[in-house]
Amino acid sequence: MANCKETLEELEPYIDGELSADAKEHIHGHLDGCVDCQQAFEFHLELKAAIRRKVNNDELPSGLLMRLESCLKEDFDGDGNVGDPSDR
Amino acid sequence: MEYAPQLYSTALRMTRNAADAEDLVQETMMRGYRSFDTFTEGTNLRAWLYRILTNAFINRYRSKQRRPVETDLADVEDLYLYKRVTTLENAAASLSAEDQFLDLFTDDEVKSAVEDLPDTFKLPVLLADVEGFAYKEIAEMLEIPVGTVMSRLHRGRKAMQKQLYEYAMSRGLVDEPLD
Repeated sequence: MANCKETLEELEPYIDGELSADAKEHIHGHLDGCVDCQQAFEFHLELKAAIRRKVNNDELPSGLLMRLESCLKEDFDGDGNVGDPSDR
Repeated sequence: MEYAPQLYSTALRMTRNAADAEDLVQETMMRGYRSFDTFTEGTNLRAWLYRILTNAFINRYRSKQRRPVETDLADVEDLYLYKRVTTLENAAASLSAEDQFLDLFTDDEVKSAVEDLPDTFKLPVLLADVEGFAYKEIAEMLEIPVGTVMSRLHRGRKAMQKQLYEYAMSRGLVDEPLD
């Protein structure tokens, strides 16, 4: 079983979902028996979620939306097509 | 068009300025449409757009400001915020914050903590923490090795945590940091 130091070295790849199933299982094996590491992992998962929630909430300015939409109403790149190519 | 709000949010963090962010999003969307035939069907459209956004930002601002490509960052101890978790929890309790104690930090404080990072560290943090991209995707966007993504994320996150703690200190919510 991994020790605390080895486990904490994997903290970031773990919270970023970058570990293989085997590596995750290894981490879980340690966390099941170590409250200290478990709390550290939970803290960083919460922190990442909080950052995402608090940083990603800007409203798209309506002027920009209109600018983008008006660009799409004309053949701005001269390829003979009008509109959002991902809809075609 | 469905990705425009996310792209705008990221652009705002990158440029720290609404007018520049709008220009950057418009450039990204138009470049995306123009080169849509290079997009491989079945791959991740969002990651592809973010790659365009990241490139547009780097080209536009690195050349404009002539800033060195690599910026350094003071080293911060590991688990900076976690080591102060009890202090933070007490502060949250004294504010009778019923939500989780991380709500101690305002949205603006967290946004500033990200924005204030040097670009070298800000981009990996934005792309991983806020946008949830995989290391490999970030490495492709920034054209750096995965190991470099990981080390920049590690250092960027620690610096951001220290900044958050300093905001809490300046509001008198917590005492001086432990040493």
